[in-house]
Amino acid sequence: MKITLDWLREHLEGDYSVAEVVATLNRIGHEVEGVENPAEKLAGFRVAKVLTAEKHPQADKLQVLTVDTGDGDAPLTVVCGAPNARAGLIGVLGLPGAVVPANGMELKVAAVRGVESNGMMCSTRELELGDDHDGIIELPEDAPVGTPFADYSGANDPVIDISITPNRQDCMGVRGIARDLAAAGLGALKPLDVPTITGEGAPATEIRTDDPEGCPAFFGRTIGGVTNGTAPEWMRRRLEAVGQRSISALVDISNYVMFDLGRPSHIYDRAKLTGALVARRANAGETVTALNGKNYSLADTMTVIADNSGVHDIAGIMGGEHSGCSETTTDVLIEVAYFTPERIALTGQALSLTSDARSRFERGVDPAFLDDATAIVTAHVLAICGGTPSAVTRAGTPPADVKTVDYDPALSATLGGIAIAPERQQEILAALGFSVIEQGGRWQVAVPSWRRDVDGAPDLVEEVTRITGFDAIASVPLPRADGVAKPTATAEQLTERRLRRAAAAAGFDEAVTWSFISEAEAAPFGGGVWSLANPISEDLKVMRPSLLPGLLAAAQRNQNRGAGSIRLFEIGRRYLADAEHPTLALLMAGDKSARGWQAGKAAPFDAFDAKAAALSLLEAAGAPADRLQVMEAVTSGNIWHPGQSATLRLGPKAVLAEFGALHPALTRAFDVDGPVMAVQIFLDAFPAKRASGPARAAFAPPALQPVRRDFAFLAATSLTAADLVRAIRGADKAAIVDARLFDRFAGQGVPEGQVSLAVEVELQPAEKSFTDAELKAIADKVVAAAAKVGATLRG
Amino acid sequence: MSDIEAIQAQLLGDIEAAADANAVEALRVAALGKTGSITALLKTLGGMSPEERQAQGPAIHGLREAVTAALAARKAVLDTAALDVKLAAEAIDMTLPADAAPRGSVHPVSQVMDELAEIFADMGFAVATGPEIEDDWRNFTALNIPETHPARAMHDTFYFPPQMNDTEGRAMLLRTHTSPVQIRTMMSEEPPIRIIAPGRVYRSDSDATHTPMFHQVEGLVIDRGIHMGHLKWTLETFLKAYFEREDIVLRLRPSYFPFTEPSAEVDVGYKQEKGRRIVGGNGDDDGHAWMELLGSGMVNRRVIANCGLDPDEWQGFAFGVGVDRLAMLKYGMDDLRAFFDGDLRWLSHYGFGALSVPTLSGGVSA
Repeated sequence: MKITLDWLREHLEGDYSVAEVVATLNRIGHEVEGVENPAEKLAGFRVAKVLTAEKHPQADKLQVLTVDTGDGDAPLTVVCGAPNARAGLIGVLGLPGAVVPANGMELKVAAVRGVESNGMMCSTRELELGDDHDGIIELPEDAPVGTPFADYSGANDPVIDISITPNRQDCMGVRGIARDLAAAGLGALKPLDVPTITGEGAPATEIRTDDPEGCPAFFGRTIGGVTNGTAPEWMRRRLEAVGQRSISALVDISNYVMFDLGRPSHIYDRAKLTGALVARRANAGETVTALNGKNYSLADTMTVIADNSGVHDIAGIMGGEHSGCSETTTDVLIEVAYFTPERIALTGQALSLTSDARSRFERGVDPAFLDDATAIVTAHVLAICGGTPSAVTRAGTPPADVKTVDYDPALSATLGGIAIAPERQQEILAALGFSVIEQGGRWQVAVPSWRRDVDGAPDLVEEVTRITGFDAIASVPLPRADGVAKPTATAEQLTERRLRRAAAAAGFDEAVTWSFISEAEAAPFGGGVWSLANPISEDLKVMRPSLLPGLLAAAQRNQNRGAGSIRLFEIGRRYLADAEHPTLALLMAGDKSARGWQAGKAAPFDAFDAKAAALSLLEAAGAPADRLQVMEAVTSGNIWHPGQSATLRLGPKAVLAEFGALHPALTRAFDVDGPVMAVQIFLDAFPAKRASGPARAAFAPPALQPVRRDFAFLAATSLTAADLVRAIRGADKAAIVDARLFDRFAGQGVPEGQVSLAVEVELQPAEKSFTDAELKAIADKVVAAAAKVGATLRG
Repeated sequence: MSDIEAIQAQLLGDIEAAADANAVEALRVAALGKTGSITALLKTLGGMSPEERQAQGPAIHGLREAVTAALAARKAVLDTAALDVKLAAEAIDMTLPADAAPRGSVHPVSQVMDELAEIFADMGFAVATGPEIEDDWRNFTALNIPETHPARAMHDTFYFPPQMNDTEGRAMLLRTHTSPVQIRTMMSEEPPIRIIAPGRVYRSDSDATHTPMFHQVEGLVIDRGIHMGHLKWTLETFLKAYFEREDIVLRLRPSYFPFTEPSAEVDVGYKQEKGRRIVGGNGDDDGHAWMELLGSGMVNRRVIANCGLDPDEWQGFAFGVGVDRLAMLKYGMDDLRAFFDGDLRWLSHYGFGALSVPTLSGGVSA
């Protein structure tokens, strides 16, 4: 909301500067977004008189003028192309050095077709005062030549742009802001001048409300014999200063009262009305063309103003094109109504239609300010357009119950943090229009009709503290618990932190990618369940079912920038139908190691890099790594390389991670080069840790050295390393503490379809060293166990 | 000189002159081998009378020991020399590059969240989380933003279609702020409550300084006797610890949020240095200005009541601040969009080492 200093003075008496106004507004909760003085743009432009005008010797469409600048010097020569330039015209001259507001050009002394021009006679468009560019500005004959144009035009009036919070409808008019400033001690609020207008006879059009729920009150009157010309200069200037284009006297009057007093109204051209003008519910499907030229189809929840011929106004939001005032309007009807805020809000939302009226009505205008507003609008019309007013019809009654709030003045300290003397609180409240009745220390505070936002004691605390100033709030430490700060992170948070640091320590860079991706990106992962109704773009449409698309897209961008080796990870959520699942995803693309003088060629990543990363991260995060089983992948579709991917599980159900090479079809779809390895770790699949206290289990290192024996087996290629090793480990649980596969060979010397697997078995003697016989017995058990899974000892 | 002394002198001289390990071995065999000269002398001891043996024995044994020691010493000298030669031949240009271990990093947003958790833990705040796909009751209605409230228009909300409504028929949306975590916490925990709730939030907004996804951290204190003075202290303490400066000056301005009453916007003083905003100092001082940093206020009684708590017994404050913004102000990034690009160059420049864990004893800035 914009106001001008001059307009503010209309309501606020006192000696104050624009800087003081700005500082006070900020202090009491009206954030000033900017101050602009239009006069600054007009520096270097002054009122000047054309003395002579002659045709340019070199150009048909140009004239050479001599112009009196009013400073007593010889007249200046100015070349001008405007058809209306002529001797005797008083206009606006831009002198060299002035900057033309419309295009930012600095004026210079320059030759135009061989004739030196010492400035420019300006059009209204060039000075951003209007759209007219057919000729130069023509000022009245009595305009004082030599006066800076900013002073002459009254532009020297700072415009203050204020961000009004949505609770303060009362400050969506200059007067409301003046009232707040006065309460804060900046000047005194002038009494509002409400004229007494007794009209003659009933309105020429019947006025009614048939929708008391949506339109509880519809006040109005007709005025006959008006002349709708141009609004007076002062009104136009103020409206234009706050960004409202001047249209015609009647429209400007309605707008002026809205910006001045926060009170929207509507003026109809009676010639366009047929029969009674009624506030009613719209019929479903009924249409109206609004003043913005657009057609709206209405629903039966919406309140409209209509006559026998149809809808003329989307109540409280926007008038209709058909019955708006024009130059030919002679008989008008003034509508000053009260619309139910909630209904206006819902209608506005449904129609996606915003307007200055809506923003006021949906926040709730002053329900006790209908009669006065009607009188004020009428008085402006009579003064500017003439005419004969009717009496006022008051259809319905606005909800004008006085709210009372039970208030304990001690709350300013116990809630607001500022101790303010009760007398001072009373003063502040009174200045804001509240009235206080004391009853045994507690107050009954009557809320003024324009403060719909106030309905509880904390609201009053806000009033007295904001006017006092939040600077007065003294810092008070929160009470501190005894002792050292206790740990506050949950198990899930700790897991996440450990994983993050472990992944970074393992050489991966943490990325944060969008939670929403395109449908195409989500498709290979089964598509996204959560698809936005109003995405910002098709690229950011569905909530990701996997973190891999985001990382693949990031990898692709990095490859485009020439990155040779990509190690990325992200910790975030996957959004599935049942819930949001915290997940770590990790991606490796490009070179694992660059070419080097020792290793030779660059090495690519392989699926076992993904496995190693998955296992070390799971271990770092505290998952029981020794109990994890490698099992086949669970996800279907073309996400993983079907032969080079797997899951890590605790038992058959609990999948803690999946890892391996990504399917080439997937990496191709994302335009990522080369084999890409990936890991996903599912943080919410981790088993809850049992609380066991800080002490570890007792530790007694074995006294004797372990014994290591190697075994080589032949087995079908389908035998997995895990099955063989598990069988061997189980062969003698007392003696065998570890078994590790260290060689796998197929080819020469190994029969077709078979593979040679070598396993190192670690035996731990207890009290005594193993005897040869004992070692032989264990070896036999190992061979027997291996045989059970189809592996035979190599001869 | 006796014969033995002469033999010793001869042998020791030969050993000292031995050129290599083979020569030393040949001398050993010649002196101490089965048919060696000293072996022969030792054998003569058996045929001597006790008196003779007493006279000759020590001399012959002395000879043997001296020669044995000399052989060992000479061998050691020769071995050392041979090793030196071998090592010299193994010399490599140690300026050749070693294989670089890949250097990973932690994203600035994560790092800042860890810093916040550390700072607030010291003030007794736990970290709470909530879903990002929220219902409109927790995101709006319970926070005193009814459907018709103009404040809903302040949030550019991403909605899911009606078929995704929850079992109670509530519309589902992407949370526009972390404030619904307030509701979830107050509904599930008994006061007193002190939490921060960091996380992703979403607004349908995209330009040079806004991204449709960003990060916020919410703070909530619910207790008895909490007032605006506690809020101010908490924010001051937090920002001083976070920016690691004592000269943080806050300016509280009255404002409006439906879920707090009274409400305050909080500005922090800063000055512009070499194109960067450096937080610190009084915004009214020369060369300084104020910038809006966070929103806050006393939790609205209606919100407390909506969560099933008695607003006459419990009151408290809440605040919210952008995490990405905090990161930018402290660490100097200037482009929010880069936070979400995954550019390895940016990550390695602005990211943090794995071991740079923020702690109070080590300093929260890594």
